[in-house]
Amino acid sequence: MDGGDARVPTISPRRPLSASAATFGALMWSGFRRYATYRQATVAGSFTNIVFGFLRCYVLLAVAAGATAGAPGGYDVRQLATFVWVGQGLLTVVGIWGYSDLADRIRTGDIASDLLRPVAPVTAYLAADLGRAGYQLMTRFVPPVVVGAIAFPLFAPARWQTVPLFAVSVLLAVIGSFGCRYLVNATAYWLGDARGPLMFWTLGSGVLAGLYFPLRLLPEWLTITIWVATPLPGLLQTPLDVLVERDGPGLQAGLVALQAVWAVIMVALAAVVQRRAERKLVVQGG
Amino acid sequence: MIEMKNLRKDFPVRVKAGRFRREKRVLTAVDGVSLSIAAGEMVGYIGPNGAGKSTTLKMLTGVLAPSAGEVSVCGLSPVAQRTRLALRIGVVFGQRSQLWWDLPLRESFRLLKHVYRVPAAEHETRLRRCRELLDLDAFMETPVRQLSLGQRMRGELTAALLHGPEVLFLDEPTIGLDVVSKQAVRSFLGELGRGGDVTLVLTTHDLADIERLCKRLVVIDHGRVVHDGTIEDLHSRYGSRRRLVADLDSPLPPGFALPGAVLSTVEADGHRVTFTLESIAAGAAVAALVNAASVRDLSVIEPDIEDVVARLYRCSITSTAQDGSSAS
Repeated sequence: MDGGDARVPTISPRRPLSASAATFGALMWSGFRRYATYRQATVAGSFTNIVFGFLRCYVLLAVAAGATAGAPGGYDVRQLATFVWVGQGLLTVVGIWGYSDLADRIRTGDIASDLLRPVAPVTAYLAADLGRAGYQLMTRFVPPVVVGAIAFPLFAPARWQTVPLFAVSVLLAVIGSFGCRYLVNATAYWLGDARGPLMFWTLGSGVLAGLYFPLRLLPEWLTITIWVATPLPGLLQTPLDVLVERDGPGLQAGLVALQAVWAVIMVALAAVVQRRAERKLVVQGG
Repeated sequence: MIEMKNLRKDFPVRVKAGRFRREKRVLTAVDGVSLSIAAGEMVGYIGPNGAGKSTTLKMLTGVLAPSAGEVSVCGLSPVAQRTRLALRIGVVFGQRSQLWWDLPLRESFRLLKHVYRVPAAEHETRLRRCRELLDLDAFMETPVRQLSLGQRMRGELTAALLHGPEVLFLDEPTIGLDVVSKQAVRSFLGELGRGGDVTLVLTTHDLADIERLCKRLVVIDHGRVVHDGTIEDLHSRYGSRRRLVADLDSPLPPGFALPGAVLSTVEADGHRVTFTLESIAAGAAVAALVNAASVRDLSVIEPDIEDVVARLYRCSITSTAQDGSSAS
């Protein structure tokens, strides 16, 4: 007997693309709905984002005022303000921090329920994460950007391709960030508890993704090394640089291509690690 | 439908062996289990805590890779073909949830329809049946996190059945449920089993579940099968006997004996006696006792499966103690 059994005629693992897309879409919707449940948390989170936005913006503008040419890292004042406020909006969309769902499920053994579904865990979690990002984009992205635009002069893109490139870049940032977070969480398969790696990730990702300060403030050789050798600038710095047109059109598109390469590598790595983990998996609890 | 041959699962564990030293040891959770379960069977899989029940179920569902031995479910190899197998089995782990914690039950079911790619009409038919039999309508719109345990378990059972599985694995589905919820779950499973379409493997500590639902009982202890047969087999193998309890106006005369029965207890200064009926029918024993003494009240007690199983577990522990621990 195989999947073509008469009693289950339409349930086949060799699914047509449209069916797989429907499954993926349903799982995305689950991620969206899950976050939509906690509306008060959304409001509280937005408020915090805005407060920290003012803090970061004033610090960076002070740096700009002190810089010799008034353009630290090649950004003018409008670009810096945009970098901060759009960055504050993207923070939860990309979701660098605060994700420990997978690690928690591994620690408690609930991962067993995920493995009992006819969808590969990485695919299922990616879909749910894209749904989450969609919800955050609709709710958490807009308030800081609006407040930033009211309080500071922001940068308006001049090139036609900037906005579509920014949209692609944000999507790639979400996927890349998902890959990284999945890998950090997956250490729980081996360690039992991923709190250490998660802490390390929280500290490292904030610096290397360009959240605390634009990476362009670092010496050029170091910036290039971080950009090429790690996926982290692709999580925040790239979409923001694309939006504020920090570089010429060629490099602008090149950065998104590099980001795409890293996003694919991270998700593929997550899938490899997941397969490895399943072979040695110990499901905790009875 | 389900085949296991010398199935084995070892877990490496590190135990403290000094101030800084830790020794690696191997704990054998399942130790050479061989079983064959036919389509449509309802099998109770029981054993004391830590016997290896859940580990076996995890290997059968593809969640855990066996250390040795062969296993096949629906003709598939569970670990290698896990996602294919997932379409054909349903699983309820009583202590875990497969529902979406933050979403209403209805949304969870809708998602499962997409995840398992169930045609809308089939989904509707199965959901309607579950809603009727398990009385789900009152909480279909409630988020899973707000459901009571009994409600959630009914939701879990529905979730496991919506894709029309051929085999249903239930790991302690009645754990923590009140009497009414237990009865609802049991009668639902009984109904399901009578249809004969679904093969059911049930692990539980509640032997009433087994008595009501399963003709075949597999007892596992220390990773080994210690009994495989009907409940009646178990009674006859472990010498379960009916008992006759009598309240008397005055104690039995000294030296009184009931042929074919053994006087097992004497209580209340001889006013209450219990005989274990070895080779005598209950009617004959009652007649003999009424002739010999003034009986105020009496009752015949059927052998209790809990007693038998407790005895079986104890036997198993004793024999293991003699053999040495299976964990080495």
